[in-house]
Amino acid sequence: MSPTPHEDEPVAELDCRGLLCPRPVIELARHVADVPVGAVIAVVADDVAAATDIPAWCRMRGQEFVGAGRTTDGVARYLVRRTG
Amino acid sequence: MSTPPAVYLDTASSEPLHPAARAVLEQAFDRGYADPRRLHRPARDARLLLDNAREATAEALGVRADEVSFTPSGTHAVHLGVLGLLAGHARHGDRLVASAVEHSSVMHAGQWHAARGGRFETVPVDASGRVGDVPADATAVCLQSANHEVGTLQPVGEVATATGAPVFVDACASAGRLPLPDGWAAAAASAHKWGGPPGVGLLLVRKGARWRNPFPGDDRVDERSTGMENVPAALAAAAALQAVVADRDEVNARQSALVDRLRAGVARIADTEVVGDPSRRLPHIVTFSFLYVDGEAIVTELDRRGFSVASGSACTASTLEPSHVLAAMGALTHGNLRVSLARDTTGEDVDRLLAALPDVVARIRQDAGL
Repeated sequence: MSPTPHEDEPVAELDCRGLLCPRPVIELARHVADVPVGAVIAVVADDVAAATDIPAWCRMRGQEFVGAGRTTDGVARYLVRRTG
Repeated sequence: MSTPPAVYLDTASSEPLHPAARAVLEQAFDRGYADPRRLHRPARDARLLLDNAREATAEALGVRADEVSFTPSGTHAVHLGVLGLLAGHARHGDRLVASAVEHSSVMHAGQWHAARGGRFETVPVDASGRVGDVPADATAVCLQSANHEVGTLQPVGEVATATGAPVFVDACASAGRLPLPDGWAAAAASAHKWGGPPGVGLLLVRKGARWRNPFPGDDRVDERSTGMENVPAALAAAAALQAVVADRDEVNARQSALVDRLRAGVARIADTEVVGDPSRRLPHIVTFSFLYVDGEAIVTELDRRGFSVASGSACTASTLEPSHVLAAMGALTHGNLRVSLARDTTGEDVDRLLAALPDVVARIRQDAGL
């Protein structure tokens, strides 16, 4: 095991619980520049549209969609790498 | 400021009544009121009108008259078509396969099948909305002729050739506008989508196809229909269908060019995704999504400015779920608009919409703090 943090480990997390589309994507757009280029930002969102719209945002804005998982309490959590 | 004239751009939901249907409807209500099964003169009149409606519909679609049944809606025709093929092939299995972008009526029929112990699964589509491989060992396959939200045409003939299963074709989005694709064992269409009156669906069952009524039957003229036929509306629907088929080459070419103009114009707005196949598509539908835009806000603002359009965004849906079609394509679901042209939509209408959109989008984005 490497002692350095995993490269997909987010350095920031946006809590978008309770926000309806398109708010989670707007929050992501606002805060992606908070992390350095190459770093990952997480978005926690319970709005079902986020599952499609966050990868779509990455595609349209040239960012990298790393993947989706769940928080410990079962809310969807999306990982995005800032590429520029 | 005077209110601009309303521009109706939601014909994919429902087309205004075609003048040919209107002319027939009034006469048919006078002559087609009786029960076509009875033996008296008014009943014979109604029966004649019903038979005429069936023959005219069959001729316009290029099918046999005994393959046509009138139903109370397109949705009911879909349910009968899907579940009737499954019932007819129950000895061979219970595995229903549908593309992931079928109309909700197909999905509901699949869920109904699954709730009764059958198997129901969907197969993915590519980014344009077109289906890929379909399992060869399905009991029945559902594939639309064209997608009702994004307009993409499906390879029905190829899928039907590749699969051994009977294919149900939901032709509601294309009927009248385009010839029926080859390869269907059963198909459905809906008159109000081509300018017929609402309340008329078409169930087509191919001669020789194994189809069994999945619902309680009835003792009508036609064994596949239930309840008294809406004879005047069926005749008006047939008249509209004949008229639409007669001038579709001209109308399709005109609408398709206007859709090209819309696609190109909308693509110039920053952070916009134009969805669906740019060429292998229905002539009259185009869908696009604006990043950071609330779907309900844009539909409401366009309505205020005189444009009637639909949206697949979650906030505009009764279910509050985003369009399963856009989701299956991986397309942006928020800020979504579906524009579907009417027969009389002009270049000026399209240009007015294109002139309004950048400002409407910019204002909504500004309100969101972007």
